[in-house]
Amino acid sequence: MGLDDILTASVFASAIRLATPYIFAALGETFAQRSGVLNLGVDGMMLMGAFTGFYAVYVAQTNAAMSEPMSLLFGVAVALIVGGLMGLAMAFVSVTLKAKQGISGIGVYLFGLGLSELLFQQWVGTPKSVSGFPRINFPVLTDLPIVGEIFFHHNLLVYVAFALVPISAYVLNNTTFGLMIRAVGQNPEAADAMGVSVTRVRYATTTIGGVLAGLAGASLSIALINLFQQNLTAGQGFIAVALVYFGGWRPWTVAAGAMLFSFVNALQLQIKVIGADIPSEFAVMAPYVITIIALVFATKRHEQPTALTKPYERGE
Amino acid sequence: MRKILTIGLLVLFALVGVTSLAQDDVFRIAALMPSATNDLAFSQSMYDALVAIQEELGEDAFEFTIQDSTYIVDDAAVALRDWAASGEFQLVIAHGSQYGPIVEELAAEFTDVSFAWGTRQDTFGMDNVYSYAAASDEGGYFNGVLAAHLTETGVVGLVGPIEVGDGKLYADGFANGVASVDEEIDVNIVFIGSFSDVPLATEAAETHIANGADVLTGTAQMVVGPIAVAVANDVLWFGSDASQDELSEDIGVAFQIYKWDVLLLDMIANIKDGVLGGEYYKLTLENEGLVMEFDKDFEVSDELMALADDVIASIVSGEIVPIPEMMADDKAEEKTEEEGED
Repeated sequence: MGLDDILTASVFASAIRLATPYIFAALGETFAQRSGVLNLGVDGMMLMGAFTGFYAVYVAQTNAAMSEPMSLLFGVAVALIVGGLMGLAMAFVSVTLKAKQGISGIGVYLFGLGLSELLFQQWVGTPKSVSGFPRINFPVLTDLPIVGEIFFHHNLLVYVAFALVPISAYVLNNTTFGLMIRAVGQNPEAADAMGVSVTRVRYATTTIGGVLAGLAGASLSIALINLFQQNLTAGQGFIAVALVYFGGWRPWTVAAGAMLFSFVNALQLQIKVIGADIPSEFAVMAPYVITIIALVFATKRHEQPTALTKPYERGE
Repeated sequence: MRKILTIGLLVLFALVGVTSLAQDDVFRIAALMPSATNDLAFSQSMYDALVAIQEELGEDAFEFTIQDSTYIVDDAAVALRDWAASGEFQLVIAHGSQYGPIVEELAAEFTDVSFAWGTRQDTFGMDNVYSYAAASDEGGYFNGVLAAHLTETGVVGLVGPIEVGDGKLYADGFANGVASVDEEIDVNIVFIGSFSDVPLATEAAETHIANGADVLTGTAQMVVGPIAVAVANDVLWFGSDASQDELSEDIGVAFQIYKWDVLLLDMIANIKDGVLGGEYYKLTLENEGLVMEFDKDFEVSDELMALADDVIASIVSGEIVPIPEMMADDKAEEKTEEEGED
């Protein structure tokens, strides 16, 4: 067994697929945290996005109400809306009501976990599959050796996730909206004095976070797995929150963290499949250990937004 | 007036007593499960068993209550304690090996309540605890033999949860079943370290296929992901715990089904006779607690059917021992116990 058996093209392709929901969710969380809102409800929002996106596609496809591509876009739209609504709810609780962000986030998570389970039991019952986003075959590119398998044989949402990385970085670093987000997260009093509405900006970023969390869930239920089951995300939303710290609140490094975590996960699967003599427990914990080690160094490298987790009260 | 009141109270107590006696005729079970009752796997197998018992005994003679999706052990402890303390249930089932320590603690406290838990061979030496397990290595062996006959690439993949209990037994039995047909066939096994991580199980199945597998199998509730991957890639699927033919479409081949009602009926009879525990039960092909079923959409050739019947008969007769090493361990254990007794 050599390195060629371990570092195959399929491992890199697997890492890209695994990273997709993390990138969506972590980018959304980056927006929220850069404005000072810690949203621990990401996993609950992902679950609601996963269920509602799946259910919309399931109903549309079962009743042949629309074409398959339209049903998938419908599912994405529903997941985005539901995620956005949950983001708004989180913003209302943490920004308007000024509740402790950690507690309210956990509340949103439990709400999403419970409601998605309840609706699944009531409306669907047993796990059922749908026709999800198919893998795209690019002319010539998909057939390229190694590179084709790694980069050019994924479903649409995988490409959307990776496209959002430079877009998010541009928005945060090069636009007025991005400047307002950073100002509100760093020094809300100064931003307020300059006429920036702290409340509006935080509502906007938390809603963006919810929208992307909903899309992260949908990427699982209608693109990568194509079914829904209770607690489908298996805690991925919490990993996404950790990845934001890992990435120092910067989209590129957040995405790099998601890729590192996913790559180690894909690697441990490949190592086990080819029968390497490594205890399975060690392989299973490897992605988490590496992420924690990286987190230790990353948090030393970047300062977190000064106003993170702090509700803003004018005049305080 | 006082006499009338006294007589009235006596009549009332008598009526309550009669009602209580009538209620005592109903056997009540409370069961706690780690995942949903429709998970197409471990929890569903227990739920199906309770429904089967109710159909057999009748709703006026048997009632059950369940709490599913209790993957948080602390939540399980609260529910189990409430049930035990209520005195309403003759049997409290903790369906999952992770609940063992809670059962051990509660059984010591509520000695008049009967508990059952699995899958593990351990009654904690208590007279009010039953334990149970499934000889999943038998169904694993069966599936392995068939998988070896159906693979064209010579590579088969298994996605397991955690390397313990019946998941481990199934994997070992499956590998031995494949090897009994052709030792050259690669059996790639991945334990993902979780019973519920569907995304990771899905990717494990993708990794198997990328490494040449054209037959997949797996255990626990997260296998819905691998089944979806098998369907998408037109790869054959062998299942365990419950029938998965609803999800496996036309790629499902065979399923090992746990019929927990076989052992639960015996426990009920024991409890009615005043034996609250102290016994260990095991589902096997021989006692028909394990049943092998072909997927209704899979066309079984005469040759394959004959092979299937032969494998089952050989396991039941003891001609085939799915995991010989385990049998040797069991014998050594028995010998040690006998020496100890001497």
